[in-house]
Amino acid sequence: MRKIRDLLTGKIENIRRERISNTTLLMTITVCTFFGMYLLAMAIWKGGFLNPQQFLDLFNNNAYLLIIACGLTMVMISGGIDISGGGITALVTMVCVVYLEDHGGTVLGSLLISLGIGIAFGLVHGILVAYFDIQPFIVTLAGMFFARGMITIVSIAPRTASQEAFLKLKQARITLPGIGYYGKNGNFIPAQIEPGVVVAVAVVIIVAVLLKWTRFGRNLYAIGGNSHSALTLGINVKRTKFFAYLIAGLLSGIGGYVYLLHTGAGDAANAAQAEMQAIASNIIGGTLLTGGVGNVIGTLFGMLSLKTITNIVIASGLTKPYYQSITTGLMLCFFILLQSLILAVREKGRVKLLPDWMRLRKTNRTESQ
Amino acid sequence: MGDGIKKFMRSQLVIPLFSLFLLVIFNLLRDPEFFSISLATNNQGYRVLSGNLISIFNGAAAIAIISIGMTLITSCCKGQDISVAAVAAIAGSVFVSVLRSHEITIPVIILAFLLSCLVSVLFSLFNGVLVAVFKIQPMIATLILFSAGRSIAYWINGGATPTVSSDFLASIGGFIPGIPIPTPIIIMVVFLVLISIVLRLTTLGLYTQVVGINEGTAHLNGINPVWVKLIAFIISGVCVATAGCITVCRIGLINHETLLLDAEMDVILAVAIGGTSLGGGKFSLFGSVIGAYIIQALTVTLYAMKVPSAAVKAYKAAVIILIVIISSPVVKEFFINLYKKLFKKQVDAKIPIKAS
Repeated sequence: MRKIRDLLTGKIENIRRERISNTTLLMTITVCTFFGMYLLAMAIWKGGFLNPQQFLDLFNNNAYLLIIACGLTMVMISGGIDISGGGITALVTMVCVVYLEDHGGTVLGSLLISLGIGIAFGLVHGILVAYFDIQPFIVTLAGMFFARGMITIVSIAPRTASQEAFLKLKQARITLPGIGYYGKNGNFIPAQIEPGVVVAVAVVIIVAVLLKWTRFGRNLYAIGGNSHSALTLGINVKRTKFFAYLIAGLLSGIGGYVYLLHTGAGDAANAAQAEMQAIASNIIGGTLLTGGVGNVIGTLFGMLSLKTITNIVIASGLTKPYYQSITTGLMLCFFILLQSLILAVREKGRVKLLPDWMRLRKTNRTESQ
Repeated sequence: MGDGIKKFMRSQLVIPLFSLFLLVIFNLLRDPEFFSISLATNNQGYRVLSGNLISIFNGAAAIAIISIGMTLITSCCKGQDISVAAVAAIAGSVFVSVLRSHEITIPVIILAFLLSCLVSVLFSLFNGVLVAVFKIQPMIATLILFSAGRSIAYWINGGATPTVSSDFLASIGGFIPGIPIPTPIIIMVVFLVLISIVLRLTTLGLYTQVVGINEGTAHLNGINPVWVKLIAFIISGVCVATAGCITVCRIGLINHETLLLDAEMDVILAVAIGGTSLGGGKFSLFGSVIGAYIIQALTVTLYAMKVPSAAVKAYKAAVIILIVIISSPVVKEFFINLYKKLFKKQVDAKIPIKAS
């Protein structure tokens, strides 16, 4: 009755406050964890963590990963997966270096080549997944194998770019005004970022806008949530999926060029396991592999958390490489379990930590059986 | 007869058998001697079988064994375990560390194998609990061990790559004196037969498929999906440990970085080529094993064609995409429609002739 009265008096909005969506909730947790972790590290280890350059180096060293992960976010929201990112990145670096060195290429030409490679992979993946209805895991796995194999066909030995125009672009740094640190002599050293970081941040903003405010972005969420309902609502499921893979491929190509700008070398071992790190960034950032839930801002903070934990492990004196991957595994485990619990609580309203047979007190359902 | 062919065309084994057939024909055209098997004398002075065919079966043994476990996981969990190679590295490390702390005799080898099985099953169960109880997608849940597994193996080995050498181990990885067939092939066949018998004689095989097809229905029919999934992970753990130990015996050392490198990708491909849907449901163990042989046959063929080992991946990817496109439902439907059209035209054409 009160509901009707409120409805009549126009106070309906005050009864039920809108629930926070899964996407926003998972993203908020990631952002809070990252800031908590970083502030804790600043308080305990001080030193490098107080240096703004070390924070910016997270971006400098991982700009390519961020770009690949953004493409992957779109694919994962649509309910698919793309594990070819690392392979395409490595292929782009090798082809561009060989083009610059052996064929007298220009910077613009190499940029176009990297975009072309990315689009070509994305096109094939998109057609095979969307229109031929083949499992995305297999398609992109074959894409990864193909890219990794092609690198050694292009050149077996690792190559380094030495073209002047390219080196100029590679060594370009953007100085951030007002941010910096004091060196040992007391002189002020301003913080710097690489051009790749600007590209990465631009990609994050563009993808975020695309997902939030365009029809294509909303269609992606609809498809990932339930592709049958999306189809009955009149959404072109196949075309939307196709474009998701196309954009993911394109972003992998851009990521490859950014990687090249960072290292300046083409090598078959480049960007090893970048695809798995990208998936891990997405998971920590709250994107679910089942689709329909996720946010590119979460991916950004997922990547930052993943790399910050490595820095913390090194800072705390555990310098052996295996500690880093074990800690990464533990962190993934923590986030995966946390998300699973949160979603379970939100769906059922109660936590199911133990299976029924492990409980001391039987639940109602087992009693009734 | 016609019904038999129709039934065969609809079964899951069509595509893998067809692609294997194409590979065989291709190799025979290229080199008629490719599949010849000969009796040769090996380094230890035994008379053993040798030839490309034997090396295909021998090389694929580890992948085939893992693919048995992967098929079960794929079928009931609707996802794949990508941590198998890392867990195999852990199992191999346990195997080697037990062997190195004792004198190597047959009981010690058995003890070491059982211990590595136990460790591998425990790690598999960790994945299994995440998947079955916490309802996390298998690929995400196994990503944890995928990234941490090889580091755990590194930790067990103390950062080194210890070697083990003994005649017993050499005979497990190579040939048992007096038997001309490589031992990994025998172990693989025994494994396949054992697990098929278990799945056929018990209801486990049926339950696995039912859980994969519709978990809710399975639950309503009194099947506990959690148990079925956990059992699949336990079987997979045993398979992974066996594959890890065979590989260690074959090369005589444990290198946590390179042991069965990228095997998880090969195994998943084997399962997909073998006709088991990666989305769960009906499975075919036999198909997965054939899938593993197809991948190995492809690799051996490419090596025989003098393709550099690093570039093999690219050709492999191209062939795999071709196989997957042919077996995709869209293409299948297209061919069925084409067949129907042609068949109908013949009927239409025949009727007027008869009437006149």
